[in-house]
Amino acid sequence: MERLEVKGLHHHFGFTEILKDINFTLTKGEVLSIVGPSGGGKTTLLHLCADLLDVEEGSVTNTFASSSFAFQEGRLLPWKNVIDNIAIGLLAKGNSKKVAIEKSQKIALRFGLEEEDFEKFPKDLSGGMKQRVSFARALVVEPSLLFLDEPFSALDIGLKKELQTVLIDMIAQKEISILFITHDLMEAIRLSDEILLLKADPGHIVKKFNYSLPQSERDDKFVYGESAKILQDAEIIDTFELELK
Amino acid sequence: MKFAFKILKDFPGYLWSGWGAIASIFLFIAFWDVGNQVYGNLVLPSPLETFKTLSLMLQDESVWTEINITLYRASVGFGLSLLFGSVLGLVAGFFATASMMSRPIVTILVGMPPIAWIVLAMIWFGMGDETVIFTVIVASFPIIFVGALQGTRTLDGDLKEMADSFKLPWHMKFIDIYFPHIFSYIFPAWVSGLGMAWKIVIMAELLATSNGMGASLAVARSQLDTPTALALVVIMIGSLMFIEYIILEPIKREVELWRD
Repeated sequence: MERLEVKGLHHHFGFTEILKDINFTLTKGEVLSIVGPSGGGKTTLLHLCADLLDVEEGSVTNTFASSSFAFQEGRLLPWKNVIDNIAIGLLAKGNSKKVAIEKSQKIALRFGLEEEDFEKFPKDLSGGMKQRVSFARALVVEPSLLFLDEPFSALDIGLKKELQTVLIDMIAQKEISILFITHDLMEAIRLSDEILLLKADPGHIVKKFNYSLPQSERDDKFVYGESAKILQDAEIIDTFELELK
Repeated sequence: MKFAFKILKDFPGYLWSGWGAIASIFLFIAFWDVGNQVYGNLVLPSPLETFKTLSLMLQDESVWTEINITLYRASVGFGLSLLFGSVLGLVAGFFATASMMSRPIVTILVGMPPIAWIVLAMIWFGMGDETVIFTVIVASFPIIFVGALQGTRTLDGDLKEMADSFKLPWHMKFIDIYFPHIFSYIFPAWVSGLGMAWKIVIMAELLATSNGMGASLAVARSQLDTPTALALVVIMIGSLMFIEYIILEPIKREVELWRD
């Protein structure tokens, strides 16, 4: 069984403690999100899980066959056009140039890019289009585990929903597992099987919420209802400092 | 290969866009002619006379020998600067200590007037090729070195992280992530290094050798042969413009298409 297991994870930058005793397990086909206020160590945790940072204390065991990462700000290569940007992960995996280009064009169309955009450089793309390209680049390699670093935060509502729908389809077919960090509770409720609440200074998990209704059956009513419910929760109020002072 | 082909394909269009530049050159020549009419032939020969002298000179074997000598010195000096400047600059850029230590040295190299280098080189190497080549190297090396250094120092950490997340093999990391960025810094440095080399080679020859275009310029001066002096200047500027606008600029446009 493919899984990502985090056990007793601590992390420091210099003398500042960033993460304290993080434990969780993500299994195949599951969506786990970590929510918390900005600056709470979410990104650090994600980078540790994705092996972009070295683990200092505790352990991260990743047995997923493959993984990829979609970043908050796109991170496209400015000197490559749309298709070459998408193809980079495929080429790194040793696909031939021809196959990589074909697959990239196909997924670009699926993510709402048009053929006339294929040759464009990132400087000529809007923010939303860049994020589409970034998503396409992460998903074209058919990862069994996807890391998402607040990828929807800069998008308008329509595009946000469109990209989430693509993910929900993939989740429904059990194609993919997702580790997702966000500060947007509604987003987390729409997509996740399990939500971990990360409280800052130092980052530690204070509460877990589970949702068993399949993602494809979650409508707006469900999301709003659950959000309203979760916002009453004392730990949530405390973590996000929602109380009016 | 595909790249070279694209440069060739866009070349006629690029040339066609040069009419404005040609018009401004003609305007310059017109002002030159006005200067001739005001100050007379001895001070400023007319463009017509200059170009006549030029065409006579270009039919002369010995002038070509001088040009070749100068070309040889400039290319050896520039070639060495290009090689060592690029390599050392890249290496220095990858190590914080090396880049910190090299900065004052570069400031010394850049700050020291080339004429002082020529004097030193004449004492060290005597009158000959080595003096000229040495001066060209000290003048153009720091420019290229700094370009390469800046290129490596400014590599984007976010893109590196992205490359790691896709587990790019080292050769792809170099070709797709590092190289285009570094090249966008190092290529303009090569161009300015080349311009510098071409200017310095003439100056060094004028002072330190008995052959080459710089020496011919010195001879023209001593004989008050202004048309020949101007014709030599036309050759120098013409060749620099050819290299810059016909060879380098089209390449630069193609490689920097992705820039804002």
